[in-house]
Amino acid sequence: MTGLTGFPILSTIAFLPALGALVIILFYKKDWIDLIKWTALGTSVATFAVSLYLPLTFDMADPGLQWVEKTVWIERFGISYYMGVDGISLLLVLLTTFMTIICILASWREINTKLKGYMALFLLTETFSLGIFMAMDLFLFYVFWEAVLIPMVFIIGIWGGARKFYSAIKFFIFTFAGSLFMLLGILAVYFYHGKVTGVYTFDSTILSLAPVAPAVQFWVFIAFFLGFAVKVPMFPLHTWLPDAHTDAPTAGSIVLAAVLLKLGTYAFVRFTLPMLPNASMLFAPLMIGVSLFAIIYGALVTIAQKDIKKLIAYSSVSHMGFVMLGIFVFNIEGLKGSVLQMLNHGISTGALFLLVGMIYERTHTRTIGDYTGLFKELPVYGVFFLIVVLSSMGLPTTNGFVGELFILIGAFKAHWVYAVFVAFGVLLGAVYLIWLFQRVFLGNFHYAGGHGLKDLGLREIIETAPLIILIFWIGLYPKPFLNVMDASLTKLVEQVETNYRKGNGEVIPPQASLGAAVVERKVE
Amino acid sequence: MIENALGIPILSILILIPLLGAGALFFFPSGQKEAIRSTAFGVALFNFVISLILLFYFDSSTYKMQFVEKAAWIPGIGVEYFLGMDGISLLLVLLTTFTSAIAILASWSAIDERVKEYMIHLMILEAGMIGVFVALDMILFFVFWEIGLIPMFFLIGVWGGPRKLYANIKFFLYTLFGSVFMLVGILALYYAHGSATGEYTFNLLKLYEVAYPYNLQWWVFLTFFLGFAIKVPVFPFHTWLPDAHVEAPTAGSVILAAVLLKMGTYGFVRFNLPLLADASRAFTPFILVLAVIGIVYGAFLAMAQKDIKKLVAYSSVSHLGAVMAGLFALNQQGIDGGVLQMINHGVSTGGLFLVIGMIYERRHTRLISDFGGIARVMPVYSALVLIIVFSSIGLPGTNGFVGEILILMGLFKTSVTAAVFAATGVILGAAYMLWMTQRVIFGKITRRENLVLKDINAREVLVLLPIIGLILWIGIYPKHFLSLSAASTARIAEIVERNAPKVERAPHAAEAARHAEPHETVHAEAHGGTH
Repeated sequence: MTGLTGFPILSTIAFLPALGALVIILFYKKDWIDLIKWTALGTSVATFAVSLYLPLTFDMADPGLQWVEKTVWIERFGISYYMGVDGISLLLVLLTTFMTIICILASWREINTKLKGYMALFLLTETFSLGIFMAMDLFLFYVFWEAVLIPMVFIIGIWGGARKFYSAIKFFIFTFAGSLFMLLGILAVYFYHGKVTGVYTFDSTILSLAPVAPAVQFWVFIAFFLGFAVKVPMFPLHTWLPDAHTDAPTAGSIVLAAVLLKLGTYAFVRFTLPMLPNASMLFAPLMIGVSLFAIIYGALVTIAQKDIKKLIAYSSVSHMGFVMLGIFVFNIEGLKGSVLQMLNHGISTGALFLLVGMIYERTHTRTIGDYTGLFKELPVYGVFFLIVVLSSMGLPTTNGFVGELFILIGAFKAHWVYAVFVAFGVLLGAVYLIWLFQRVFLGNFHYAGGHGLKDLGLREIIETAPLIILIFWIGLYPKPFLNVMDASLTKLVEQVETNYRKGNGEVIPPQASLGAAVVERKVE
Repeated sequence: MIENALGIPILSILILIPLLGAGALFFFPSGQKEAIRSTAFGVALFNFVISLILLFYFDSSTYKMQFVEKAAWIPGIGVEYFLGMDGISLLLVLLTTFTSAIAILASWSAIDERVKEYMIHLMILEAGMIGVFVALDMILFFVFWEIGLIPMFFLIGVWGGPRKLYANIKFFLYTLFGSVFMLVGILALYYAHGSATGEYTFNLLKLYEVAYPYNLQWWVFLTFFLGFAIKVPVFPFHTWLPDAHVEAPTAGSVILAAVLLKMGTYGFVRFNLPLLADASRAFTPFILVLAVIGIVYGAFLAMAQKDIKKLVAYSSVSHLGAVMAGLFALNQQGIDGGVLQMINHGVSTGGLFLVIGMIYERRHTRLISDFGGIARVMPVYSALVLIIVFSSIGLPGTNGFVGEILILMGLFKTSVTAAVFAATGVILGAAYMLWMTQRVIFGKITRRENLVLKDINAREVLVLLPIIGLILWIGIYPKHFLSLSAASTARIAEIVERNAPKVERAPHAAEAARHAEPHETVHAEAHGGTH
């Protein structure tokens, strides 16, 4: 059961990488290095190419799910294979398919051992991440959510740096523990909704129409929070992140920052807000407070870092604080800013990790001070790094500015004090980023390793250039990106409001704005 | 949407030309320094010529925005690509295109390292500055405001002197600190306008139409003040300036003094006075005190300097204090004087940095004590330096005199005390400048190195001539310049002075013309009362 064409386009996109992984695992020999690389690259490029079908056929006026696929999976428990994409997830799907190509290119020379397994695991990560962004059945969502852990843990644990086992285990324990609570929350919603309405289902669309009682929401919110917030990561559940980033291979860090961190914030937008509106409102002050704290605290910790990769990792804590804040100020500007900033953070931080990986390949050190004045020796690299740094600090004409502006407006609408904190966060962000740039790139060239360093090669330029283009595209002409999410987010805000009143016991007459689907289901 | 007599988006073109120039320079081989310099100069000169076209089509009888361009930009929050200019912007845009060309000439032989990148940064900087002066959407304004930061960061950080890294981060963080809070202030206005009218917009002309509650005005004024005052710089936010100046290469100093600082004072005229009239009146005593402290303190500091470049840098604190005092006299003479003095300071301080650069190229020192008796070996140079110094201290016949007299007259009407202190500052200004000139130019040659100094060559004379020309032109016949901005300054004075109702009204063309005469403006109070 699909859209107009009858072709399961979403499943095709999601499982194409898995197919590539399967081919690599089953038919390739370990030492067919080049073939493995090219197959992985070919698969990821093909996946991206197919995913471009989505923006081309996306109906921006339609706030609901598009290209929906729905088949009964386990009927007894009301579980279905239910996939759909709307304006909220479309950009994240594209981000995933796009960044995977960059990741595979970034691994081209870095990974020399057990390449077969590495590429296969990477493609599996892509499949599961796409699954999370597309799954509209909570059970299916949970399956993908847990599945994505496994390849990631192996990527860190096998191909990682100095303390790879420690970091991999820490990552696993944190996220796994979180998702167990999330499962409890899902089951609570499932049973409670079933008991009240008689319909036992994991279908998130149906669950979002009739939220459970506020008292139940309270506990479910906590359970969801533990699952989602670890992934974000939100202070104080963030401690796994710097370790995982520091020890992951470059591509692992990129996918972690660009895609995996978005899973948590996405889930907050997709499930927590519409399904638990009353609890969300109740917890909002706390969430906002923690987000503001994370913005400032994350930035301060970042300033103190000496390892470049760790510095970028900590900056994510601050940046994701912005995203969380945008979600919990409950207005359309904040939400738009958050969704856009998820995309921006994926692009900018992904690019930062990519660039740090490039210098690490040359020098095998990431400590600030081991090399200075790189701008003179590596001008192309310097320009790229500068643009990405500016994007990350949200300077105008880059993508980061547009996202932060929306969040700032959203925050201001909620309370002007929030906006002041955000402004401080932006300022601190500029401090650590421009200081990093200055210490590494300006001044006289010095490199402890002695010999000169080579500027970027063609492959590296090709890897980075698309990210640079995106940075300026979103920065100068954000309209297409904002238009994509507009209808879905507007509907979401309405839905949260309606559900909030429903949760408070008000009787809401079916509204035209919510679409005919609502009325139909009520009749059922 | 383009509304102007030319039918072409001329303001966008003015911003685009340097950007395209920067793009073109990118593809030059780094070795071809001469070709890069010539191209950069050609682009800057071309842009200056284009900006002169504005003069012919500009209607100086109205305060309304001209050459307007408008297009939707960021949907959902009402951000527009909205450009336009009035007389004040026009003068500052002309100053920008003029000084950019001069700055490239100034760095011809001073910058020999990484010439390509240097010129690219200068071009981007020019685009950003023009953007600041013509943006009429507050977010667009902010965008251009921030763009200027990056090239400046590099001009100081890569080509600067020994302590460049420290100076650089100080400059960057100071300015960013101010602008981030300015952004919060912009949002406060946006939100207040939205709640009052239901229309959420950053369109400056629409934001003008609403009378904001005093409380809000007060806070927004404070945030704007932080953003603009750091840029000006107003005492006590000036400490980044001497560091940045001393470390910046000559052309960087020229741009910094001539144009970049004006972005701050321009911000006060364009935003604080008309948008936040009540708060402006409330803050006036506070700002006048800071401005006067700046004038006097800057002058004392300048007097104590041993390094000529640092002396001129501190003199900027003093001069811009005078500009601020003029603007916050909150009457037309004061504002007229403030605006004219922005141009004058750009011209004369730019000129001073140029002549310092010339002597530095020859002696590789800027210490006053290393010189003395230069006039004997460099007569042409010394003569031109004297004219620029006279302009800087405001001797009659030079541009500085007209600006200062207008400021003092405006100030006198608002606060006699402030006027007295400001006048003292002017006298002190004369003292440190003349003392410096005496020690460097006159007397006997005390050092052997100075005996063999060559006088300036034809190219250097050519660089200085337009500046000398402007100094005398504005000094002798200021009407050409004052009449361009008169209608706009009259309108701003009207809003801020009498809290005029914020409705559109027919421009007082005749009155504006009268205001253009500096002698006539003394009577502005009299016919101002007929409104």
